[in-house]
Amino acid sequence: MFTIKDVKASIDEKEILKGISLELKPGEVHAIMGPNGSGKSTLAKVIVGHPDVEDPEGEICIDDKNILDLEPDERANEGVFLAFQYPVDIPGVNNAEFLRMAYNAKQKYHGKEEIDPFDFNELVKDKLKVLKMKERFLERPVNHGFSGGEKKRNEILQLLVLDPKVVILDETDSGLDIDSLKQVSEAVNYFKSQDKIILLITHYQRLLNYIVPDYVHIMNDGKVSKTGDKSLALTLEEKGYEGIES
Amino acid sequence: MSLKEFEAIANKEYEYGFKTDIKTELIEKGLNEDVIRLISEKNKEPEFVLEFRLKAYRHWLKMEEPEWPLVDYPKIDYQDIHYYAAPEKKEKLKSMDDVDPELKRTFEKLGIPLQEQKKLANVAVDAIFDSVSVATTYKDKLLKHGVVFCPLSEAVEKYPDLVKKYMGSVVPHTDNFFAALNAAVFTEGSFVYVPKDTVCPMELSTYFRINAEDTGQFERTLIICEENASVSYLEGCTAPMFDKNQLHAAVVELVALDNADIKYSTVQNWYAGDPKTGKGGIYNFVTKRGKCLGKKSKISWTQIETGSAITWKYPSCILMGDDSIGEFYSVALTNHHQQADTGTKMIHIGKRTKSTIISKGISAGKSKNTYRGLVQINKSAKGSENFTQCDSMLIGPNCTANTFPYIDVRNASSTLGHEAATVKVSEEQILYCQQRGISLDDALTTIVNGFCSDVFKELPTEFAVEATQLLSLKLENTVG
Ligand SMILES: Nc1ncnc2c1ncn2[C@@H]1O[C@H](COP(=O)(O)OP(=O)(O)OP(=O)(O)O)[C@@H](O)[C@H]1O
Ligand SMILES: [Mg+2]
Repeated sequence: MFTIKDVKASIDEKEILKGISLELKPGEVHAIMGPNGSGKSTLAKVIVGHPDVEDPEGEICIDDKNILDLEPDERANEGVFLAFQYPVDIPGVNNAEFLRMAYNAKQKYHGKEEIDPFDFNELVKDKLKVLKMKERFLERPVNHGFSGGEKKRNEILQLLVLDPKVVILDETDSGLDIDSLKQVSEAVNYFKSQDKIILLITHYQRLLNYIVPDYVHIMNDGKVSKTGDKSLALTLEEKGYEGIES
Repeated sequence: MSLKEFEAIANKEYEYGFKTDIKTELIEKGLNEDVIRLISEKNKEPEFVLEFRLKAYRHWLKMEEPEWPLVDYPKIDYQDIHYYAAPEKKEKLKSMDDVDPELKRTFEKLGIPLQEQKKLANVAVDAIFDSVSVATTYKDKLLKHGVVFCPLSEAVEKYPDLVKKYMGSVVPHTDNFFAALNAAVFTEGSFVYVPKDTVCPMELSTYFRINAEDTGQFERTLIICEENASVSYLEGCTAPMFDKNQLHAAVVELVALDNADIKYSTVQNWYAGDPKTGKGGIYNFVTKRGKCLGKKSKISWTQIETGSAITWKYPSCILMGDDSIGEFYSVALTNHHQQADTGTKMIHIGKRTKSTIISKGISAGKSKNTYRGLVQINKSAKGSENFTQCDSMLIGPNCTANTFPYIDVRNASSTLGHEAATVKVSEEQILYCQQRGISLDDALTTIVNGFCSDVFKELPTEFAVEATQLLSLKLENTVG
């Protein structure tokens, strides 16, 4: 269970989130849609503990544990994963080593043994196959010189390797070609079948053809203005945000 | 916590700041011709060395301390320094077993075993404690290959012709204020000679330890590589924590003949002074220069500079032989109140000479980090090439970085490439790592290591790991 309880947040002293509450159960896919600047990415930022967000109010709980006071790395190790809207690059840092470091950080957090490079290599290769990604991807610096789509796929690779409880995808579909979109959707559906909690931020109905959401929330000016099932996304596609609000 | 709260300063203590309690023989503070004669006498030097010293001293008296580096420090009182400090010993060492156990323990604690066949099994070590060498490992094995690796004082005695021919031939005593001072009072240092057609069979390394208070360390290193010979050499340095600044003014000279290849690496971790007040620490004012005398010779400098209160050094190459190559790979990290003004000089004289400069400056805390480099391509150096890349990384709002790349090209057939970038470690990068479960400290180290990766890969593998660990130690608690 993942609960967001009356979350309010400001950036640069401007209130962006004005009280958001959501409840996500294992195996559920929730889609968040909404106009540009309505606060979708800010919600993701609050959840992961981005330093831009000043003193957020409310509660964010995994099961019964409030993670809002934890450090970003602790939240990650508690099982929150965000595929970023704009993944940053880290020049000179080998992608495979970065992944292994992340994997081992989680192992350590949970008191488990670290994995050696050899076993890890096997683990990653399997995931690469799922995403039909080439191995040379691993030897490149993290996101450095990656195309837009490659960056997004790299996020999904990390997602598969780190195997979190709560998956948040911030516009991962934007900039992906049709084949990539299908692969990403397959990965997400796999997570759904594993009883994970999935929060999709997207602008397009297209993604929702591959990943069928249990709920669709419309966000407007820092609030959830409407909640419905998958048909809400279809109506939205037809009428636009203005049509739907009236 | 965020990068906005950079002010928080590392409390991590300097690991190597202990002092060894050992009876030390000192020459009284102060500098004059008598002191120089006394140093020479203690080393049982031949006449030509004393003359070398006195000539330098007389010249030094006429020189002014340089003021152009971008570093601030109160005037040094050159009469308030001991120019010679040596742990007392009975007689000349015959074998490693004669080394004072207290000294052995000291180096053991610093991670430098003075027993052969230990941790660094394929590295020969010359351990220098204050003004004297306490032990050199694998000397005999090296000598079987014709390679000489010994303290300079011993070389003066055993190989006077080589010393006479090359000492001061790359860095003359007239070169600069600190080089002149060094030539007058130098005490110890390493001597390496690799004969014709010989690949030195192991890594050579000198480890410098300053222990006594109020002393300066003035070592002098001379490496000569004959035709078709090659050697890889590494120096490491630490010092105890004292409230008063200590002067380290070394000179390193490299000579490469036809086809010779010298790789010189430094991992410098002198005491940097108190992190909060900036009190104490080493003034590291050194002159390092290599001469590519022979055709197709190559000299490569790699330096990881993390310590010292002030660093002032420009390891340089004089490319005289046609088709000779000079390289400079540098990581200079400054934190807290440290100041560094460092870079290189590449002087192209021979035809088709090539040089590469890759410099990575990282500043954190309230530190000041300057890259200063000169690429000079003379008229004679037809068809020469240089590539320079100097990048700076800033961690936090209170540090500064400067770059001064001077270029002087005097012919039309040469080419130059230059790249420079200043990057800030961004909150986004840190958050990205943290979101993947990596802690703040590890995230910063990872990002900085990535930034330095082009330089680290030039280090001998034995030391690459050490260098990365050193950086992570230095960066601990820098953010957050
Ligand atoms: N670092 C920041 N500094 C100032 N304002 C910010 C910052 N980050 C977000 N905002 C503002 O907060 C509001 C919400 O931004 P957010 O990125 O959450 O929107 P979004 O719903 O994700 O939009 P999009 O669909 O375009 O991605 C916007 O008005 C934006 O300008
Ligand atoms: Mg957004």
